[in-house]
Amino acid sequence: MALLEIKNLHTRIAEDGTEILRGVDLTVNAGEVHAIMGPNGSGKSTLSYVLAGKENYEVTEGEVLFNGENILEMGPDERAMAGMFLAFQYPIEIPGVATITFLKAALNSQRKARGLDELPTPDFMKLVREKAKQMNITSDMLKRPLNVGFSGGEKKRSEILQMALLEPTLCVLDETDSGLDIDALKVVSNGVNALRSPERAMIVITHYQRLLDHIVPDIVHVLSAGKIVKTGGPDLALELEKNGYADYIGEAA
Amino acid sequence: MPAVQETVDRVREIDVEQYKYGFVTNIESDKAPKGLNEDIIRFISAKKGELEWMLETRLDAYRRWLTMEEPDWARVSYPKIDFNDLYYYSAPKKSGYGLKGLDEVDPELLATYEKLGIPLREQEILAGVEPKNRVAVDAVFDSVSVITTFKEGLAKAGVIFCSISEALREHPDLVKKYLGSVVPISDNFYATLNSAVFSDGSFVYVPEGVRCPMELSTYFRINEQNTGQFERTLIVAEKGAYVSYLEGCTAPQRDESQLHAAVVELVAMEDAEIKYSTVQNWYPGDADGRGGIYNFVTKRGDCRGVRSKISWTQVETGSAITWKYPSCILRGDDSRGEFYSVAISNCHQQIDSGTKMIHLGKNTSSRIISKGISAGKSQNTYRGLVSAHRKASNARNFTQCDNLLIGQDCGAHTVPYIESKNASAVFEHEATTSKISDDQMFYCLQRGLSEEEAVALVVNGFVRDIIQQLPMEFAVESQKLISISLEGSVG
Repeated sequence: MALLEIKNLHTRIAEDGTEILRGVDLTVNAGEVHAIMGPNGSGKSTLSYVLAGKENYEVTEGEVLFNGENILEMGPDERAMAGMFLAFQYPIEIPGVATITFLKAALNSQRKARGLDELPTPDFMKLVREKAKQMNITSDMLKRPLNVGFSGGEKKRSEILQMALLEPTLCVLDETDSGLDIDALKVVSNGVNALRSPERAMIVITHYQRLLDHIVPDIVHVLSAGKIVKTGGPDLALELEKNGYADYIGEAA
Repeated sequence: MPAVQETVDRVREIDVEQYKYGFVTNIESDKAPKGLNEDIIRFISAKKGELEWMLETRLDAYRRWLTMEEPDWARVSYPKIDFNDLYYYSAPKKSGYGLKGLDEVDPELLATYEKLGIPLREQEILAGVEPKNRVAVDAVFDSVSVITTFKEGLAKAGVIFCSISEALREHPDLVKKYLGSVVPISDNFYATLNSAVFSDGSFVYVPEGVRCPMELSTYFRINEQNTGQFERTLIVAEKGAYVSYLEGCTAPQRDESQLHAAVVELVAMEDAEIKYSTVQNWYPGDADGRGGIYNFVTKRGDCRGVRSKISWTQVETGSAITWKYPSCILRGDDSRGEFYSVAISNCHQQIDSGTKMIHLGKNTSSRIISKGISAGKSQNTYRGLVSAHRKASNARNFTQCDNLLIGQDCGAHTVPYIESKNASAVFEHEATTSKISDDQMFYCLQRGLSEEEAVALVVNGFVRDIIQQLPMEFAVESQKLISISLEGSVG
């Protein structure tokens, strides 16, 4: 059974009815890393939000099966409990809530859903310190309010730290490379690569080949005007880097 | 941090609309007949074995009260109160004046405080808790003080901590010197009523140079139906003294509203400091706005000496209607007043609360941080006055009022009044209003938090600065309370 199966997914913006996804088909197996590339406005971020269950989108057709279960009726928190994680392109600020506080609340909430006890504080601290170190995150940063005043790089590293702590089975990374300099890109990519495993799949959404130099995908898709118009191996990304998306924009329309 | 998780557990344990402290104690009580007249006042005064001057003061207040009008300028609305339809005195039969120790207190009463989590048995408190965390408690049930703990230990340090009734008997001159010196008997409608009929409350006296060795706390409980609670608290810190005092309050769940009209007076002499914290959790009424406490309270501190300091911290989650403005008179040069407030309203609660900082002395400073959180159909108003007298050179104030709205049907209002008669005074005011954004909710949910956990987390973040002002144990308690009172505000 595939970990994730998207069948003929159509969605529109709930507020104004604008159609964004126009029949997406995608199958992701455990252990695979898929890259989704495409021009601005092709629906990449929408796809990530619809998978995570953001309310502003309406699914008009199609289905999404996660571990064989239709998740479209599930709330975002239930999907998270089921093992879905979205690394946000623009992580949200939560003033007054220390990053460490947020991490603990999230981890314990998920542990409870899985029938595990809350992690005792000393064990939690040990775990966080270990994972934070890999992401170059200082204990000072863990005390700061979540994402408030974080630099672009800090925000993205914090996202990957959360991913490492929560150990999801499906990681959706929405333009994780945007706003990163080359050093930060390496740290983030190393963090992501450390999480690659036979049980876990990843969907990496990006405009640029440069992220895929570090996180090498198994399969590359081109999303254009709300549809996957081409699927290939890592070479496809290189070809896009050279020729741009011009060929595909026409094809979808 | 663990408080967040605990909070969430607590929220889950409790059904929506279930006010945890809503139980009633079945206890025989000694009541004065309903209604208010001079005979009732004589009755209360006689019950307490008061001296003639106190009775005269009460009667004077009553006569003035008869000529006063109930204030209507606050942004709250409620049916007119029939002051003759209330009981003004109700005491559990076996308690208070004349009791030798806990053994003589009605076991039902002890059980009530146990249920509320208020420790009254000193040896038990001592057994389980580190000495530094000891808190001396004065427990007030309806109209009388039931028991005051750790009195002897405090007396060794020279600190007087007892019920105001006892203080009127044991230390009449001290009480006479300060009572009504901060809130005069004709101050306002409710304060004047209180001056006439106050039944009990706490008295604290910290002598010169003494740092009170433990937190002091009073726990107020209204049990009887149709009974007004009129407590009176007086705290005096002499030169160089320090005291931290906390009050907590609960009441049973009843369909009719109950009146609570307290007066609190604080006096800080030269270099003295008083820290007064309140965790107010009176019954707020049900989801349709039936019942709940009317909390009409006058609290004022007088920074009488130079370099004295008074700090008010309040966490207001209960009451159907709150009318309350803990204030500071900054009389001494270089004195300082602080007001930190979290006011949460849900369902049909109405809050009109804030502070007054009256700068009279030179180089006086004050700081006001108010955080209002409105949910349901509630209305939440901050009303504050900052004034500088002609002689208050270099007075400084900083005011920050932040409001957080949850849902579509609630309201938040900020009404600041500023009066400056001295050109060198500098007053700053900042105000913000925000909502918990859909993006914040989605982000939290995506990490696996439930909606209620997410709201609790964001709100606790919003009020963090204030909660940090509370003594540690109460800070944790407050975080839980905040989450519980916002229960059912999402979805």
